Amino acid sequence: MAEPGPTRVLLTEEGPALISGPVELELPDGTRVRSDRAVTAVCHCRRSKRYPICDASHRRKVRQEGPDA
Amino acid sequence: MTATLEPNFLQQVAAPDLPAPRGPLSEAVVEALRGGPLRPVDPAGAEPYGDDLQLALHCCYELHYRGFAGVDAEREWDPEVLGLRRELERVFLAALRADVEPGENVPAEVDALLVEPVGPGVRGVSHHLQREGTLEQLREYVAHRSIYHLKEADPQAWAIPRLNGAAKAGLVTVEHDEYGSGRPERMHALLFAEMMTELGLSDAYGAYVEHVPGETLAEVNLMSLCGLHRSLRGASVGQFAMVELTSSPGSERLVRGMRRLECGPASIRFYDEHVEADAVHEQVVRRGVLAPLLEAEPELAADVVFGIRASLFLGERMGERLLGCWDRGETSLRMPLAPGRP
Ligand code: FES
Ligand SMILES: [Fe+2]
Ligand SMILES: [Fe+2]
Repeated sequence: MAEPGPTRVLLTEEGPALISGPVELELPDGTRVRSDRAVTAVCHCRRSKRYPICDASHRRKVRQEGPDA
Repeated sequence: MTATLEPNFLQQVAAPDLPAPRGPLSEAVVEALRGGPLRPVDPAGAEPYGDDLQLALHCCYELHYRGFAGVDAEREWDPEVLGLRRELERVFLAALRADVEPGENVPAEVDALLVEPVGPGVRGVSHHLQREGTLEQLREYVAHRSIYHLKEADPQAWAIPRLNGAAKAGLVTVEHDEYGSGRPERMHALLFAEMMTELGLSDAYGAYVEHVPGETLAEVNLMSLCGLHRSLRGASVGQFAMVELTSSPGSERLVRGMRRLECGPASIRFYDEHVEADAVHEQVVRRGVLAPLLEAEPELAADVVFGIRASLFLGERMGERLLGCWDRGETSLRMPLAPGRP
């Protein structure tokens, strides 16, 4: 069933764009990626190892050195 | 294209056997559920996170999930068992309230969870399994986790009727995904069961209760405690948020560890699915559950923080148990696992 009204896309400040409903994403090389989730997080930071799907790689990281570092 | 299961996890209806008691409290519960009289016991003074109290609580809670073989389903509402459960919960909850620093600033708590510590100094089970853990240690980890994951999302489902409006809708959005979005073959509990089978473990519900220590039972008991008490619904949401916010990077580490150990596709699939699913669940929990919940019921903020910190606290205790045992070259379980199938 199609949702009434236009597709809503939420652009988050820290990372992905959140799209409601199943989506098919087409990459520049023509590859298509399908997601059936109720909400799909599309990577906007380009750091995702599963690009174009967000894998939380946009998170801030803090380095902790080992005991002998 | 995962291995066919026999019998299929989704068709399992047999309830597990009652476990062997680990002390006077669990003995009283198990005896009573076997049909004997409930012997008077006093949980006050018991080790709140210890094997005996946690197993006793686990048995009380399982009556609300899948029950036990040979135990009448109506015992779920036996006032004597419920009365003892209440006493056990008081001891557990009082210890957590004492061990966990109180707070009310949910956004700060969330921000802290979203910073990912990296590098050689980070000590954690998923870091260990990514870098150097053995296949045996990975199998042990999965056995510990099975207590929760074979009923994944069930403890948090108790919170649904206790929320209202947008927060309820947001929680259901995530839960729906955990249950496979209407497709049973995608249920996370089933994906976990398929991983267990591939790793040569039993996917029977409750098969590893006898193996796991109090540290492991305590984590899951916290979920049931918060889920079953309306007064703790804020803590239930906090606990759920903690899992959803931290799972994606941890799952990525486990995927890498499993690739390093050359695990099969069903094993990799469970954590692989969680990298992507929980990157979305994080967003939905923050924007669709926490934000509307705190707007509607700002007085729940302290309980949300309590739920986050209590689950972190118990998660660290469990992690220390595993890593400590492995450092000493011992099994982290109460008894070793049967060897995996070749
Ligand atoms: S936006 Fe999340 S990984 Fe890029
Ligand atoms: Fe899940
Ligand atoms: Fe999730």
